[in-house]
Amino acid sequence: MKRALPSIVVNTLLVIGALATAAPLLWMISASFMPAGQSNELPPRLLPSPPTLEHYVTLFTRLDLARNLANSLMIATGSTLICVLLCSMAGYAFARLEFAGRERIFRGLVLGMLIPAQVGMLPLFLMLKAMGLVNTVAGVIIPMMAPIFGIFMVRQHALSIPGALLDAARMDGASEWRIFLKIVVPLLRPIMATLAIFIFLSSWNDFLWPLIVLSDDARYTLPVALANLSGEHVQDTELMMAGAVLTVMPVLLVFLVLQRHYVRGLLQGGVKG
Amino acid sequence: MRAMSAPAARGQTLAGWVFVAPALSLILLFFFVPVIAGLVLSLTDFDIYAIASPDTARFVGLGNFAAVLTDPVFWIALRNTMFFVLVGGPLTVAVSMAAALLVNSKLARAPAFFRSLYFIPVVTTLVAMAVVWRYLYHPRYGLLNHVLGFVGIGPVDWLGDPRLAMPAIVILSIWKKFGYNMLILLAGLRTIPEELYEAATLDGAGWWASFRNVTLPNLAPTFLFVCVMTMIEQFQLFAEPYVMTQGGPLKSTTSIVLLMYEEGFRWWRMGHAAAIAFVLFVIMLAATMVQLRLQKERAT
Repeated sequence: MKRALPSIVVNTLLVIGALATAAPLLWMISASFMPAGQSNELPPRLLPSPPTLEHYVTLFTRLDLARNLANSLMIATGSTLICVLLCSMAGYAFARLEFAGRERIFRGLVLGMLIPAQVGMLPLFLMLKAMGLVNTVAGVIIPMMAPIFGIFMVRQHALSIPGALLDAARMDGASEWRIFLKIVVPLLRPIMATLAIFIFLSSWNDFLWPLIVLSDDARYTLPVALANLSGEHVQDTELMMAGAVLTVMPVLLVFLVLQRHYVRGLLQGGVKG
Repeated sequence: MRAMSAPAARGQTLAGWVFVAPALSLILLFFFVPVIAGLVLSLTDFDIYAIASPDTARFVGLGNFAAVLTDPVFWIALRNTMFFVLVGGPLTVAVSMAAALLVNSKLARAPAFFRSLYFIPVVTTLVAMAVVWRYLYHPRYGLLNHVLGFVGIGPVDWLGDPRLAMPAIVILSIWKKFGYNMLILLAGLRTIPEELYEAATLDGAGWWASFRNVTLPNLAPTFLFVCVMTMIEQFQLFAEPYVMTQGGPLKSTTSIVLLMYEEGFRWWRMGHAAAIAFVLFVIMLAATMVQLRLQKERAT
C-alpha cells in the first residue's frame, strides 16, 4: 500500500526547486517591463504596472544594441558553421580513415584538452594583433573554429558507422570525399546537430575572449556590451533587465526548440560507463 | 583483417590528411603554438612597450614566477579561488545529485518538465545572470533580502560585505550550473538496474542505506567525471566577479583568472600575466590528480 507522504515530499521539493530556479528569470523578465524605478520599490513589486516597452526601445535606439545583437548572431553562426564542417571531417577521419600516426596525433589532441584556454589567451591576442585580426569578427571566431572536444564528439559517433558500408562504397570506386558526403554525413547528422547547438550556445555566451579581442562599442557581442552597460547604468535596474532579457532570449529559444538534440549530445559525451 | 588494395590505402591516407588538415592546422596554430608561446612569454618582462617594439622585452627567467608567488594579492586570489573550488564545487555537485534523485524518483510527477526547467539556467548567458543577480542581492531592494525578511533574517549586505561576497557568488554559481551535472547524473542513475534496488529493499534497506550501497557505488564513474569537470570549471572563475564586484570588496572576490586578466589587459604586464596563467594550469593539474587519486582510493 503506497503511502502518500513520500510522494508529497518528493513533489514538494521539486516544486520548491522549480520556484528557486525560475524566480530570478521571472523577475528579470517582469522588471524589464516595469517603468523606470518601479523595481526599487519597497516592498518589492512582482509585476509591472503598467507594463512598458520603454527600456527595450532605449536599448535599440539610444544604446544601439541591435548592432551588438547582430554581432553576436554573426559570430555565433559563423563559429557554428565552420566548427561543424571542420570537426565532422576531422572526427570522421580520426575514426574511420587509415593514415600513419593517426592514433598518436589523436592522443596528443586529447591531452591538449587538459590545458585551460586561459593559458594561450595572452599570446593568441598578441599573435592576432600582429596579424591585424584584433577587434574583428574573425579574431573572435578563431578559438571556436576547431575545438578539440568537437572532434572528440564526432569521432565517438563515427566509430559506430558500419565498416561494411564504407568498404562497399570503396569497392564501387567511390572517392573518399563522395563517401563522406553521401554516406557518412547523413549518418552523422544527429551528432552534427548536437555539436552545432553546443557551439552556438558556447559562442553566444562566451565572455572572456570577446572581451579581450574586441575594443569597439560597435563590435562588441551582447554579453560584452551588457557588462559594459552594467558598469555605466548601475542605477537603471529595469534597463539592465531588458538588456539581460535580450541577451538571454535567443539562446533560450534555441535550447527550448532543440532540447532533444542538445541533451542527447550532452549525455553521449558526458557519461563514461 | 580485410585486405585493402594499395591504391585504396593510398586514397585513404590522402583523404585522411586532407580531412584532418584544416582542423589540425587551426588547432596547432591557434592553440598549441600560443600555449608554448605563453610559456616563453612568462619568462620575459613583456609589457606595453614591448607590444610596439618586441625587442625591448628581456628574458627574466623565473623572475615572473617569483614575483607571482611573493605577491600577496596572488595569494588572496588563490584563497578566493580555492574557496570557490572547495566549497562551491561540492555544493554544486550535492545540489545536482539531489535534483537528479528527485527527478529520477518514480514518485515524481512531470519529471520531464522539471528536468527541462532545472536546466534552463545552464544555457543562459552568465554575464546576463550576473547582472540580474547583482540586483537580487541588493541590500535594500533586492528580492533575496525581501524573501529572507519573511523568516526574520535582517537585511544582508551580500555583495558589500567582504565575508559574504564570495558565498554570494557561490550561490549564483550553484543556481546556474546545477542543471548540467544533474543531467549527467540522471543518465548515470538510469543505468543502474532495478533489480539491485529490489534486492536491497528485500534485505530491509531503507532509503539512505539503499543510496549508499546501491546508488553511489554504481554511480562512481559518472560521479567522478562530474566532480572533476566541475572542479576544473570552478578554477576558471572570472565573469561573476568581473561583472558583480570587480574583484572586491577588499579583493575578496578576486579570482586567479580575474587577476591574470587585469595584469595582462589592464596593466599590460603580459609576461607576469602569462606566469599567472601557467601557475593556474599547474595548480589545476595537481588538483585533478589529487582528486583522481582520492576517489580511486575510496573505490578500492
